[in-house]
Amino acid sequence: MRVSLFVTCLVDQLWSSVGTSSVEVLRRVGCEVEFDDRQTCCAQPAFNTGYRSEARDVARRFIEIFEETKADAIVSPSGSCTAMVRHYPELFADEPDWLKRAQAIAERTHELSSFLIRVLKREDVGASWNGRLTWHDACHGLRDLNLKSEPRTLLKNVHGAEYVELDNADSCCGFGGTFSVKYPEISLAILDQKIEAIERAGVNAVVAGDASCLMQIGGRLSRHGSKVKVMHIAELLASQEMSGNVR
Amino acid sequence: MNHVTSETFDENAKAALADSQLRGALRNATSLFGKRRLAAAQGLTNWEDLRTQARAIKDDVLLHLDQYLENFVSQAEARGAKFHWARDGAEANAIICRLAAERNARSIVKSKSMTTEETHLNVALEAAGIQVIETDLGEYIIQLAEETPSHIIVPAIHKTKRQIAELFTQELGIPPTDDVAKLTSTARATLRDRFAAADIGISGVNFGVAETGTIVILENEGNIRLTTSLPRFHIAVMGIEKVVPRFADLDIFLKLLPRSGTGQRLTTYQSFITGTKQNAFDDGPEELHVVMLDNGRSRMLAHPVTRQSLACIRCGACLNACPVYQQIGGHAYGSVYPGPIGAVITPQLMGLEKTQQLPYASSLCGACREVCPVKIDIPRLLLHLRGEITEKSSPEVQQAKGRTMERFAFKMWRLMMLRPWAYNLSARVGRLFQGLVVKDGKIGRVKSFVGPLAAWTSGRDLRPLDQKSFRDKWASDQGKS
Ligand code: SF4
Repeated sequence: MRVSLFVTCLVDQLWSSVGTSSVEVLRRVGCEVEFDDRQTCCAQPAFNTGYRSEARDVARRFIEIFEETKADAIVSPSGSCTAMVRHYPELFADEPDWLKRAQAIAERTHELSSFLIRVLKREDVGASWNGRLTWHDACHGLRDLNLKSEPRTLLKNVHGAEYVELDNADSCCGFGGTFSVKYPEISLAILDQKIEAIERAGVNAVVAGDASCLMQIGGRLSRHGSKVKVMHIAELLASQEMSGNVR
Repeated sequence: MNHVTSETFDENAKAALADSQLRGALRNATSLFGKRRLAAAQGLTNWEDLRTQARAIKDDVLLHLDQYLENFVSQAEARGAKFHWARDGAEANAIICRLAAERNARSIVKSKSMTTEETHLNVALEAAGIQVIETDLGEYIIQLAEETPSHIIVPAIHKTKRQIAELFTQELGIPPTDDVAKLTSTARATLRDRFAAADIGISGVNFGVAETGTIVILENEGNIRLTTSLPRFHIAVMGIEKVVPRFADLDIFLKLLPRSGTGQRLTTYQSFITGTKQNAFDDGPEELHVVMLDNGRSRMLAHPVTRQSLACIRCGACLNACPVYQQIGGHAYGSVYPGPIGAVITPQLMGLEKTQQLPYASSLCGACREVCPVKIDIPRLLLHLRGEITEKSSPEVQQAKGRTMERFAFKMWRLMMLRPWAYNLSARVGRLFQGLVVKDGKIGRVKSFVGPLAAWTSGRDLRPLDQKSFRDKWASDQGKS
C-alpha cells in the first residue's frame, strides 16, 4: 500500500524522530511511503483560536497538495491534526466545490494507529521495548476519531513491554493549543492531575499519539526532574531495542 | 470569590486556584458525580439511543417552538393556569413583583430555579420589600452565605462540610457540629415554618408538556412539592425552550436527566402540575401563574449554529466532566451558568463585550460533548463563538487586550504556512536564536520575554526545535538512496 505522510508542522520542526519513526513503522508493515515537502500545517492553531479565514486559506493549500498524491491513504502521526483535517468540511459549508474536495481529503486521512489497526489490520508491528509503560488518551484522537482500543492493542503487542492502564487515562492533559498559554495556571492545574496519575502508575514511559500533549506532559515531568519519559506511539512502535531504554 | 464578573475571568480563575478548600470540595464532588453518572448511564443498554431520541425531540421543538408553545399554553390555560410573557429578566421580575403586590404577599418560598437566578429575582423581590426564602438545601446555604450558586444543580458544590457547619453556627445559632443529619434537620425545621407562613411559592420548570399543559419539576428534597402546593399561589418561571411535545417524551427525559445530573435512576420526587386545583379536596394552589422567559432565547433560536444550545436540559453533567470547571469551580465564570454550557450560553445572553474570555476558557477536550444527554456539540459552539469574536464582533472586542497582537501573529502564521520557503526560513531563524534560551537540551523558565514563551515556561520546560527537521532528514535520506 502506498502512503503519503502528513508529518505535521510540530513533528517536522520539534520532534522529527516521530516522523522518521512513522516512516520506519509504515515501511516495516509493507507500505511504500512518500513525503511531499510542500506540506506545512493542517491549520488547527488558527481554527481553534477563531481565525477561520486564515485557517481556511491554509486548509485549501493542504487540500490542493494532498489531492495530487496517488497514494492510497494519507497518514499522520497525530490524532488532533487528523481530526482537524476531518473538520475541514465545516470550514467550507458555504463553498460546495471546496466542500466536496474537503470531504474527499478527510475520508482519505488516517491517524497512524488507526491506520495500522483499522486499515492494515496489523496488531503486532514487530516492536520491542523493555520497560513498563502506559497510555494517555489525547482528547481529539479519543473523542473525534474514537481511538481507544487501537493504540492499546498496539502497545500491548510491543515485545518486552509491560502495559499498565493509567488512572483517568481519558482526561485532558490541559494543553488545548493556545489555551495552554492564554490560561497557563488553569492548564497547569489540569496537567498536574495527569502528572500525579502518571507518577502513581510507576512507569518508565508514558505514551500518547500527539506530540502536543507529550510536550505538555513532558515539559512538566522535565521541570519536576521526573525519571518518567514521554514517548510518541510512533517512536515506541519503531523501537526494536529489547534491552534499551531501561531506567 | 463571589459576585465577580466574567470580564475578569482570568483573575477569578487564579484566585480560585489558590483556594485549597474550594479545590478539595470540587475534586471530591465532581469526581463522585462523574462516576455515578457513568455507572447510571452504563446501567441502561440503550443510553446512546435515548440521547439520540432526546436530541431529535429537542430539535423538533426548537424548529416548531411557536406551535408547541401555543399548545402548551392553551392546554394549561384550559386547566386554570395564567400565562405571562417576559422579554427579559427585568420584565419577568416586574411581573412577579406585581403579582406579589396584588396579593399583598410579604413572604415567599422559592425552590431551586436557575431561570430565576438568571433574572436575579431575589434581588428584585427584596427591593420590593418581600422576604424570599430559598428552600432547596443547597440554595438555602447559598442564601445564608449571601453567595451565588456555583453549579447548576449543586449550588453549594464549592463548600466543604465544615464550612457549612460553621455557617449554620454563625447564622442559625446551633452548636458546632459536623453531623450532616443534624445540619439537614436544622435546615428542615427552620424551613417548615417558612412554608407554613408563605403567601406565594415560586418554582422553576424542568419540562412543560405541550400535549397536556403539564409542568414537570424534578427534585430530591420534597421542598418543591411543598413550595408548589402549600402556599395559595404558585408562580412558575419557565424558559421558553423548556417545552416538550408529548407526555410520552418524558419517558426519555426522565431517564436521562437524573442519571446525567446526579447519577440517580430517578429523582426522589417528580411533581406533575396540570393547572390549578379544581375542587376543594384537590391538592395544589388556587392560582397558578406561569412566567415565560425569553431573555435572549429567541435570538439564540434564530441562529442555525447556536440554536442547539437551547436543547440543554440543565443537568450539569458537562460541568462535572469539564477539566477547567473541575479546577476553578463555577464562580470564576462570573455568570449564572458556569462551565462549558455556561461558556456557550452566557456570551449569547449577555453579548461578547463582557464575556469574551469565556469561549476561550476551554481546552476543547470534548468531555462535555461526550456526557451531554442531548448531545450538544459544545466544543463546536465554543469554536463558533471564538470565530465570532475574532471576525464579527464589535471593534471593542476585536481590539481587546492581546487580540491585536494575536491577529497579527496569525496573519504572519498564515503567510508562513502558505509558503514553504517562509516556513523553512522561520524555522532556521528559530534555530539560530533559540541558543539564547536552550540549556541542557530544553528551554527552562524564560522570564525575559513576555507572551506565550514566558507563559509556557512558567511551569513547563519547552522542547526546543530539533537541530535537523524531519524534512531535512527526509531530503538527505532520499539523497542517499
Ligand atoms: S449542555 Fe448538556 S451536559 Fe451540559 S447541562 Fe446542558 S444538557 Fe447537561
